[in-house]
Amino acid sequence: MSIEIQNLHKRFGAFVALDHIDLSIPPGQLVALLGPSGCGKTTLLRIIAGLETADHGQVLFDGEDATRRHVRERGVGFVFQHYALFQHMTVFENIAFGLRVRPRAVRPPETAIRAKVNALLDLVQMGWLANRYPSQLSGGQRQRIALARALAVEPQVLLLDEPFGALDTKVRKELRRWLRRLHDELHITSVFVTHDQEEALEVADRIVVMNHGRIEQIGSPQEVYDAPATPFVYQFLGNINLFHSRVHAGWARVGGLRVQVPEYGDTEHAPAMAYVRPHDIDLLREPEDGDTTLTATISRVSQLGSLVRLELIQSPDGEIAEVEMTRERYAADPLQIGDLVFVKPRQVRVFLQDHSKVTPVPQWSGDGDGI
Amino acid sequence: MSGSAHQASVSATTTEPRFVRVALVTVALSFLTLFLFVPLAAVFYEALRKGIGVYLAAIADPYALAAIRLTLLSVAIAVPLNMVFGIAAAWAIAKFEFLGKSVLITLIDLPFAVSPVIAGMIYVLLFGAQGWLGPWLGAHDIKIIFAVPGIVLATVFVTVPFIARELIPLMQAQGTDEEEAALVLGASGWLTFWRITLPNIQWGLLYGVVLCTARAMGEFGAVSVVSGHIRGLTNTLPLHVEILYNEYQFAAAFACASLLTLLALVMLAFKALIERRALRQRHSALAMETSS
Amino acid sequence: MTPRFRHPSVLPGFGLTLGFTIGYLSLIVLIPLTMAFLRALDLSWDQFWQAVTAPRVLASYRLTFGAAFLAAAFNTVFGLIVAWVLVRYRFPGQRLVDALVDLPFALPTAVAGITLATLYSGNGWIGQYLKPLGIKVAFTPLGVIVALVFISLPFVVRTVQPVLEDLEAEVEEAAASLGASRWQIFRRVIFPAVRPALLTGFTLAFARAIGEYGSVIFIAGNLPMVSEITPLLIVGKLEQYDYGGAAALSVVMLIISFILLLLINLLQRWSRTQSGGEVAS
Repeated sequence: MSIEIQNLHKRFGAFVALDHIDLSIPPGQLVALLGPSGCGKTTLLRIIAGLETADHGQVLFDGEDATRRHVRERGVGFVFQHYALFQHMTVFENIAFGLRVRPRAVRPPETAIRAKVNALLDLVQMGWLANRYPSQLSGGQRQRIALARALAVEPQVLLLDEPFGALDTKVRKELRRWLRRLHDELHITSVFVTHDQEEALEVADRIVVMNHGRIEQIGSPQEVYDAPATPFVYQFLGNINLFHSRVHAGWARVGGLRVQVPEYGDTEHAPAMAYVRPHDIDLLREPEDGDTTLTATISRVSQLGSLVRLELIQSPDGEIAEVEMTRERYAADPLQIGDLVFVKPRQVRVFLQDHSKVTPVPQWSGDGDGI
Repeated sequence: MSGSAHQASVSATTTEPRFVRVALVTVALSFLTLFLFVPLAAVFYEALRKGIGVYLAAIADPYALAAIRLTLLSVAIAVPLNMVFGIAAAWAIAKFEFLGKSVLITLIDLPFAVSPVIAGMIYVLLFGAQGWLGPWLGAHDIKIIFAVPGIVLATVFVTVPFIARELIPLMQAQGTDEEEAALVLGASGWLTFWRITLPNIQWGLLYGVVLCTARAMGEFGAVSVVSGHIRGLTNTLPLHVEILYNEYQFAAAFACASLLTLLALVMLAFKALIERRALRQRHSALAMETSS
Repeated sequence: MTPRFRHPSVLPGFGLTLGFTIGYLSLIVLIPLTMAFLRALDLSWDQFWQAVTAPRVLASYRLTFGAAFLAAAFNTVFGLIVAWVLVRYRFPGQRLVDALVDLPFALPTAVAGITLATLYSGNGWIGQYLKPLGIKVAFTPLGVIVALVFISLPFVVRTVQPVLEDLEAEVEEAAASLGASRWQIFRRVIFPAVRPALLTGFTLAFARAIGEYGSVIFIAGNLPMVSEITPLLIVGKLEQYDYGGAAALSVVMLIISFILLLLINLLQRWSRTQSGGEVAS
């Protein structure tokens, strides 16, 4: 089933949770709503489910207006962040719930319910836990049961709110792959909310990056990572280095470096910011001809598993930059603390300052652990 | 739409149709009106029915004043005693693991399960003229039953669990981390209690004190059995109300009753005030516990 | 489980506080309470049996336990509704109503007794409307029930309220998203979650009502065989210096209440395992 969202607006008191959102999700896709907390992603998911009502705007399922449809009749499967399993029911009864509450006329017979629940238990590989209570399960097991319960009513749309948020890293990675495989098997149109860029990049077909109740960018994981549409997306996905810059007549100047920016051909003497990923930088021992490098001193070298991260102090203004390279590359020329280097970015993206004022760029520290 | 975001989100999918809500509120309020609000209003109506003069005279009566004094005295003894007990019991139970802990908790609750009349009776069996220690007490001219000590003892008995019951779950939720940290930093045990534990439990403690005071003030059955109803000497205020009522001095009885009711309302107001803080203290302790 | 009496801990004061706790409890509660049992042993078996099975005594058991049961059951139904309304809905004066629910805890029972007796007497505020209907409350067993409803009113409300507050909205939303109607959600999801609290509230109300004395004696009329409760019989025996008889009745009351509490505790444990809460240790 396709989902179409038109001009959706929602506010809580003075807080605008969703600011006139348009979004269309083709059938069978697995879509991630990605953004920091408070960006409106969960509200959007809850409105699609019918758990929340929008102030105005429409939600269409397969072109049919579902805005006024009660959550009971929407035929969506919803997996809650904290699972919301029924504590007083066994795993089996949890999964059977959606079938048992159907009106008598459309309720499947007991044997059919049993068969269906057992099939779902097999699908989530939890058949041996059928008679346990939720309090006896681990977080990962609860998550699978919550998913099986949502699937029992054969939803046309599967919605997952931070499905892996409450799990520890190892289980989270495992379940992530499992969800992807499950989706490849079932092909239910699915939307999941996450604040974890790695999760979105790994699992989703498409990523919708949200901030302050608006959509910043929609695209495949590769698109949003390699060609971020806004400074926010740049910062939210992966680590970056920021350099102060000035743009004039199609050229941006960053310290001693000149970069061509044809998109700003008509701009004159405007302050700007240059964005460079830490792994898009070469470090040279000798300066190059032309204005292609910045000078800096190595201030720190850290080994991070397969990567080596170097911290640089730019001269003359003392700003700090980060560079990442593979171990092999570092081993070929092991730079030491105090070495003078020439910084040559392979890819630079420049955004004008006032552009970044429209969508302020928060400083994310430690949230993204780099790609 | 009024109310918090939470409410708004609840109202969308998880509330009842309007007529169900109105019907339930009506049923609840009718029930409370019949059994709670009407009796409350009646106390004051009956008290003032014969005019303010009769009301004041009933309260200024020397026997009434003596009863008030005795009630306050037994509260002033019972509450601090049970406070010390509550803190000691909660410390032992919440901060240590030992065998028979659950039995001890059950025993602390025991006075709740015992009829106040039986509570009074056991002291009569012990200290009464025909009681086990009666002859010995008589020989030494010590009076407990039909005297003030008996009244205080009976009051203490029925209010034993109140403060302990508030503190045990609170201190259990708070755990021992902060006390251990203080000890590591070199504080003595006593200092740790005063500077760390007591501030952490102050609202729960106050809450328990209010409950304990309210009950101590109004105890009737247990006190009635040990009192002997000697006017001016062993009559507490609730017993005084009974005597006046049985003598058909309704206005005076209700005047004294209204005094007790006012005190009860003050206690409820205190309770409501403290409740939010005490709850917050418990919740923050639980939140710390679950997040760690 | 450890064979040691206590786990080692660096915190001080264990011996002092536990010693004080046990000493205090023994002096105030345990030793006096065993007196009742010892005193009852003074009687021969025949004397004991006669004291506790006299027709007037049997009638008082029926009234005491029956009225307490009915009052607690009544409060279980209405207490659930009150708790529900206080947690789920908003209406004017709600905070005040919420605070006043505890009034029976704070109000001296004697005050409750004389007030209810006055209200339900033939010419009282409420009694005058019941009289033409042929309903007599004051000085009848019905009056006993009314008094017990009053004094045990807060128990169910106060035990159910926090459970309802802690129920996650998510669980109800999950049920709704799976297609359950509002009534199905209440019956299959909410009610099982509050059932243990409801039983606890009932138990507390019942236990409190069994022992109640102050509020009942004013409204009951205390007619032998009809509206006389067991605690009143105990008081009567004490006033006649029949300590043995009073102790015997107390022992019976204590034993019956303990057995009932034990039964209800077991029921509660069963209910809790049904709701899965306690299964994981």
